[in-house]
Amino acid sequence: MNYFRLFDLPETFELDLTELGSRYLSLQKRFHPDNFAAGSERDRLMSVQQTANINDAYHSLKQPLLRAEHMLALRGLKISNEQRSFTDPLFLMQQMELREQLAELQDEADPEAALFAIEQQIQQQRKQLLKALSEALVEQSAEQDQLAAELVRKLKFFYKLQQELELIEQQLQD
Amino acid sequence: MALLQIAEPGQSAAPHKHRLAAGIDLGTTNSLVATVRSGEAKTLLNQAGEAMVPSVVRYTKDGVQVGSAAEAAAVSDAENTIVSVKRLMGKGYQETVALANALPYRLVEQTGLVAIETVQGIKNPVEISAEILATLANTASETLGGELNGVVITVPAYFDDAQRQATKDAAKLAGLTVLRLLNEPTAAALAYGLDSGQEGVIAVYDLGGGTFDISILRLRHGVFEVLATGGDSALGGDDFDQAIVSELKERSGQTDLSFSAQRQYQQQARALKEALTDKARCDYHFTADQQEVKGTLTRTELDQLILTLVKKTIRACRQTLRDADLTTDEVLKVVMVGGSTRVPLVRQQVAEFFNTEPLTSIDPDKVVALGAAIQANVLVGNKADNETLLLDVIPLSLGIETMGGLTEKIIPRNTVIPVSRAQEFTTFKDGQTAMAIHVVQGERELVEDCRSLARFELRGIPPMPAGGAHIRVTFQVDADGLLNVSAEEKSTGVQASIQVKPSYGLSDDQIASMISGSMQHARQDMQQRLLREQQVEAERVIEAVSVALASDAALLDEQKQADIKQALATLSELRQQQDTAAIKAAIEHTNQLTDEFAALRMDKSIRLALQGHKVDEV
Repeated sequence: MNYFRLFDLPETFELDLTELGSRYLSLQKRFHPDNFAAGSERDRLMSVQQTANINDAYHSLKQPLLRAEHMLALRGLKISNEQRSFTDPLFLMQQMELREQLAELQDEADPEAALFAIEQQIQQQRKQLLKALSEALVEQSAEQDQLAAELVRKLKFFYKLQQELELIEQQLQD
Repeated sequence: MALLQIAEPGQSAAPHKHRLAAGIDLGTTNSLVATVRSGEAKTLLNQAGEAMVPSVVRYTKDGVQVGSAAEAAAVSDAENTIVSVKRLMGKGYQETVALANALPYRLVEQTGLVAIETVQGIKNPVEISAEILATLANTASETLGGELNGVVITVPAYFDDAQRQATKDAAKLAGLTVLRLLNEPTAAALAYGLDSGQEGVIAVYDLGGGTFDISILRLRHGVFEVLATGGDSALGGDDFDQAIVSELKERSGQTDLSFSAQRQYQQQARALKEALTDKARCDYHFTADQQEVKGTLTRTELDQLILTLVKKTIRACRQTLRDADLTTDEVLKVVMVGGSTRVPLVRQQVAEFFNTEPLTSIDPDKVVALGAAIQANVLVGNKADNETLLLDVIPLSLGIETMGGLTEKIIPRNTVIPVSRAQEFTTFKDGQTAMAIHVVQGERELVEDCRSLARFELRGIPPMPAGGAHIRVTFQVDADGLLNVSAEEKSTGVQASIQVKPSYGLSDDQIASMISGSMQHARQDMQQRLLREQQVEAERVIEAVSVALASDAALLDEQKQADIKQALATLSELRQQQDTAAIKAAIEHTNQLTDEFAALRMDKSIRLALQGHKVDEV
């Protein structure tokens, strides 16, 4: 299923999220099971399926990584749930360093400042990767698509790192 | 007296049969029923003049008592008088064994579920709750002068699938049509009319007798969205009472209390808590097990006793805000629900945390039932111009058991529902034709720490080498938060059959036999009930298709239109008669005939919904 088509939006990575949100709500308003609570069984079933689709589509388009994955899947490149090991040693080294810094945070004189510094670093690199991803997805060539897939895999590391960082931030605050 | 029927702006002037609907707050301690009359939501009084009916059911040799009459016997006939049955809803026997000593009745096991042995035989929580629901619905029917077309029943946002299913089963047993299970906090926000007010984020802090819920909602463009829910299903005002009881016992030095002395302490604790709502200090003086107990409790002392408990709720608020990706200053309004929010320390701590004065103008005991009534009125179809949309989320993650007793999350909590997610499984042995799947709900890593929902057996997998079969299992959660599962082998298209063994639910057969066996419906013939169900469904189909034809007949050629009209005429005629099977067949025929029409209308509807949105250049 083409999620862009469902919302009648252009198939592009640089999606207008406000527009996506308002289209999502319009569709939900029309198809939500609450509108069919007193309706026939078939109508109720159809509405549940339809709204489940709409929710899934919105969920996938809203987040940049899932959006990129969906775009690649539409082009015949399935990378969600893949089991694959990384081959870029430089990238892995960099990830390990960031992780070490996070692990040693507790021993810093000012852990919160150190945390902030790492966060800035992560965000900056994530931004760069997202920019590269957006550019790679424009061309629609097999080569650029492979590059985009590689960028998605790298970005996943950064999103995971960000989650861990937030967890540590919580611990520091508690 | 109105001589002219004048339609409100936006409402249709065409005569529309007003349908009877009610909102039911099925509470742990008390239950209420409310309805919308002349545009205003009101709680309804039973014959004794009470709005709050104690959620107590007593089984006597020749009958059933519900409410105050039953509560009066809670001490004298403890083992046949069931209080707080909500705590047992959807629970397995093993889970409740720990409670057994604290409860005065005999808990027994009924196909894995907990049930209670009474003078009338074994009664399960679904049956007991059905008695409460039937009593409330009866109050509504009598007041409104007719059979209810549908009800909205509220449940704690924290309720898992098994508990929601049990609630729905209870309604079915009571002969009620459930329009929707609504989360209690959402209902409260509706009662305050926040769905049509200022746009922004709303927090609903609901501290009842036995449960605590915090919900973060957002209103945007008329859409009411539950962003996140959290809380604690075992924390409430009763724990405040318990903390006071412990303090009083420590002061008096009494231990090993008799059952009646224990109740004495509880009643005194409760009275003290309530008195300290407007007073700074309060004296107590009573006799328990022949010992005189007296002293003074101050507000400051009470605050100290319950501070950890209140802080616990604040921690849950923080966690839930985090789940919603929000900070406290983004919260526009805070709604207070539940009798325990009358406690000054609670109000003060909540105001401090959210940095805003919480809303308390509607009676916190009634606010949920009022909201449910408002939603019931909308869902039953009495408010055609309704612009509010309620989007809900799944409160706890759904997952499956993987190797080593670990859980793998398939639908994470706070995902907007309805939702469907598919997961692929493969065989690990050559020629394997069956597979077991264990569905659990909860946030913990280990399966044993989560709630077991159901075990599925997939059968009829075509024999293939190990890893050759790809079974796609689809988990679908509907708007009430209830799970459905289907499965298919992908390479051959074989529909694997699913055998569901609900870990904590009742099967359809069990419900059917409960319905035919229950006292309340003994006179009602099961056949009659099935006939009535099909007749109602026939009415719904006729109405839905007629409305569709009236607006979209142009989508069909004339032959098709004639066919559908013919099918409707047949169905309409059969509906008047008594042949259940014939009505059912005619419904199916009509559905088949209109499947394509429904799909065409769906597409048209999507286009219409997206019209008026700005056109992007492609």
